Amino acid sequence: MTGWGILKSLWVTFKHLVVTYIEDLRYGKRRYFTPEGVEARRSSDVRGIFTVQYPEEKLPVPEAFRYLPFLIYEEGPDGEKQMRCTSCGICAKVCPPQCIWIVRKNDPQTGRPIPTPAAFYIDVDICMNCGFCAEFCPFDAIKMDHDYEIASYDRLSEHIYDLEKLAKPVTYYASIRPTDYALEEAARAQKGSAKKAETTAG
Amino acid sequence: MSEAVPRIAQIPNLVDLFPDKVQPDTRPGYQGYLVGREHLLEVVQRLRDEYGYDYLSSVTGVDYLPEGKMEVVYHLYKTLGGPALVLKVQMPREDPRVPSLVPLYRGAEFQEREAWDLLGIRFEGHPDLRRILMWEGFAGFPLRKDWREPYFEEEAKPFKSRWPEGFVFRAEDRNPFGDNVQYPPGFDPETWTPPDDEAIYRVLKRASEEDDLHADTLVVNLGPQHPSTHGVFRMVVSLSEETILDLKPVMGYLHRNHEKIGERNTFLQNMPFTDRLDYLCSMSNNFGYALAVEKLMGVKPPERAEYIRVMMAELTRFLNHIFAIGFLLNDLGAYFTPALYAIEERELILDIFEAVSGSRMMCNYFRFGGVARDVSPDILEKVRRLVYDRLPRKVDEMDEFLTRNEIVRERCEGVGVLTAEQAIANSASGPVLRASGVPYDVRRAEPYSIYDRLEFDVAVRYHGDIYDRYLIRLDEMRQSLRILQQVVRDIPEGPIMTGKPQYQVRVPPGEAYGRVEGPKGELGFYVVSNGKPNPWRYHVRAPSFINLTSLVDMARGAKVADVVAILGSIDIVLGEVDR
Amino acid sequence: MNENEMTSPGYEIPPELRHQVTITTLERIYNWGRANSLWPMMFGLACCAIEMIATAASRYDLARFGMEVMRPSPRQSDVLIVSGTVTKKMVPQIVRLYNQMAEPRYVIAMGACASGGGPFKEGYNVVSGIDKFIPVDVYIPGCPPTPQALLNGLIALQKKIKRQSLRDLPWYQKGPAEPIPVPVLGPDLMDPRKFALIREVTHRQAVQDQQEGEVAHE
Ligand code: SF4
Ligand code: SF4
Ligand code: SF4
Repeated sequence: MTGWGILKSLWVTFKHLVVTYIEDLRYGKRRYFTPEGVEARRSSDVRGIFTVQYPEEKLPVPEAFRYLPFLIYEEGPDGEKQMRCTSCGICAKVCPPQCIWIVRKNDPQTGRPIPTPAAFYIDVDICMNCGFCAEFCPFDAIKMDHDYEIASYDRLSEHIYDLEKLAKPVTYYASIRPTDYALEEAARAQKGSAKKAETTAG
Repeated sequence: MSEAVPRIAQIPNLVDLFPDKVQPDTRPGYQGYLVGREHLLEVVQRLRDEYGYDYLSSVTGVDYLPEGKMEVVYHLYKTLGGPALVLKVQMPREDPRVPSLVPLYRGAEFQEREAWDLLGIRFEGHPDLRRILMWEGFAGFPLRKDWREPYFEEEAKPFKSRWPEGFVFRAEDRNPFGDNVQYPPGFDPETWTPPDDEAIYRVLKRASEEDDLHADTLVVNLGPQHPSTHGVFRMVVSLSEETILDLKPVMGYLHRNHEKIGERNTFLQNMPFTDRLDYLCSMSNNFGYALAVEKLMGVKPPERAEYIRVMMAELTRFLNHIFAIGFLLNDLGAYFTPALYAIEERELILDIFEAVSGSRMMCNYFRFGGVARDVSPDILEKVRRLVYDRLPRKVDEMDEFLTRNEIVRERCEGVGVLTAEQAIANSASGPVLRASGVPYDVRRAEPYSIYDRLEFDVAVRYHGDIYDRYLIRLDEMRQSLRILQQVVRDIPEGPIMTGKPQYQVRVPPGEAYGRVEGPKGELGFYVVSNGKPNPWRYHVRAPSFINLTSLVDMARGAKVADVVAILGSIDIVLGEVDR
Repeated sequence: MNENEMTSPGYEIPPELRHQVTITTLERIYNWGRANSLWPMMFGLACCAIEMIATAASRYDLARFGMEVMRPSPRQSDVLIVSGTVTKKMVPQIVRLYNQMAEPRYVIAMGACASGGGPFKEGYNVVSGIDKFIPVDVYIPGCPPTPQALLNGLIALQKKIKRQSLRDLPWYQKGPAEPIPVPVLGPDLMDPRKFALIREVTHRQAVQDQQEGEVAHE
């Protein structure tokens, strides 16, 4: 019968409409502006409203999420920043669009290179968020950030990240990527103890 | 099997068939045959007519600068299945001419134009040899090895200025114009007359005087900014009243120089760039490229990685198809409701991609010999819930929503028909080919990864109209779910990577063509290595690009309002068309 | 939007009149109106456009910001979201579209490509940032910016609009606005504003080449 197909289509959309109200009633207050409500709206059996109302509610990003890279520093005993980076250059070499510039540091007295960067630039207008730098850095010194709320009004002053802007404490890293951090720390501890064993054995 | 019956998987020995016209390619790591350019047409015609090589998959130009040669590489297939027959024509760099294969395979048309545009190889007998990705008047042939772009820094990445020199600059500041441009010496912009679009309009067929006296031909441009062209794509159509007489696609508005950049990148660095080809299906693109390079390197990923790869590729196919259907309906005028339903499902799949790879769209997930991260049990559980429960339900809902709808049927049935013969001749692939009644699927024709162990049917439909191209996507989504269910059931534990992850892979010299059945069709990567860290040639056989060859055949005789739906039913992504 | 945003600071509204009365300046209400009825142009360039579509779809829902109507025509839209790689072949069209937009008009550069060239910056057909041609109000880094990042950028644009003063906005001045000259495609992309520079440099190159040729001859 002509028109039957159209009615069926309308029935599908109508069901979607009705389900919205049913779900709202079912969840009640818990549905909006609560973490569990957001979680329910992204689960595989979500029905009804699908919208996450940014900026009041935010969809949590998974741990693996990558946006822009940042450099990790460890806080020294009197609060000074110790960059983990040794300016080995692997991240600059592996970066596909070549958006990392590293200036190595020399000891002012001896003139010999010391393993820390004098300057470190990332042009975020070129960076493709691929995560290779974080993946291949042998010192776990560069990692991918979760912060995506970085819109700006001027790119020349704000989109070339320098050492200052890139550096973030290791505690921040541990907070955004707890699993990765725990694994790395465990590996490091193991390596450290292996080395110690070696030196004592030798 | 008796000797007389040629087996499908057997490549005929061309040297026996065409003595003195064909030689085997004996360079180490290379395969196939070298054909003299004066014999090319004859050899190919016989291969097509007598040996069943009816499908021209890819045409690639290669510039071998050190040897002073240019080469055109042809990959021929049988639509019955089997491996590729690779033919090559070599020519001196000063005189790059080859006979065009368009008279034999219409599917060569765009690829030959591309080789002319980017490498300056002249295809004699080509009906419409104009630039395709760049504009007429552009100076030089950019893919030639001695052509340098304005921001040229070094032949190969990594650049020394980044490390160890630490010489910090912006590319703009080094260019005398402060921008990404260069001009021939002595060029005066005031005297330049831009070549207009007359060249396109001239080749359009118009209503001839005698058959219709009262109808004028009207030429209409759709795009590049048009809500229904799925991006920056332009079509020039000539109309007689409302009926389309002829159509010319104009592309290149998103030509991002993927191949030139790819030849400067190291092998691994190309991986995230492949994400941006068909940006809806980054996982499939990764897959094709990883296969090509793994072929060259001779590594095989471990079992678990293979399963993960197939899982990701099939999820990608699913989300691509549901997105395509949603937007096809948009093109038909169902303003956004189906698309919104489709995007909901896509978001749920993207959540999975984001959790495993870190990014929703640009997954950059495959590595040579494995994948980047393992899939954790709770993500696997999520996938399981999706593929067993939610997605089948949603496909059925789509089906119920659209398939029987009279408006959809009225607009789609019998419109934009592509016959099987046309589809094969035009080198169409993927759903477009299979909706025309040719059951050709790379996953079955030349199985890669673990597809030979998985149970699924090659979906096929026989009318070749928009409606069938819609239905075949539904069918394929169901088959994808079937594959996914097997994969999540059987996925073994184990390592996800052969060897250690490395940023500098050693790739022995040679060539390889890796192809996968992407959601849009056969996605091929032709990679030539000369043993250095960067590929010498890196070419993408983009299914969206080549499927567009069929657009003219589908659109001719249709109404102008239908061309939008026809384009939607081919399902193109401009990142892949223009690369 | 709540009335707190609309009411000028420093006025006490009696509780019984809250939600009904607001005291504000013309500028404030004008900006408020503009900021909450931005219509973006339905204009996708590349990968970022897909994220823009995702933003407009049900999960992120642009309509909550008064932007649900994406218009394919530049005449009816206020915001041009440059969502993707700007190629040389495309830039004349983008400039033309921008010129056709009615004022007030705003431009958002979405993603690395539109802001500064992006990963494809070194390519021969890629423009290093759309701000070389048209003025950009908000830049959103990322490749691609996730839908939430795009929403963040749109909110940043709204904030910017709310701070603007009607007195010095270019489109409330006397006289028509000068259109931006449309770039020309020659042997490479040519910006009409740079013709003199182009001629100067290419002539210098020609002279250099000639001298070198003579040296080589001798
Ligand atoms: S960030 Fe890591 S890879 Fe990059 S220079 Fe520093 S230590 Fe080396
Ligand atoms: S994320 Fe990728 S593109 Fe960005 S700095 Fe790291 S390696 Fe380079
Ligand atoms: S910024 Fe990245 S995602 Fe956006 S258009 Fe450019 S390459 Fe694509």
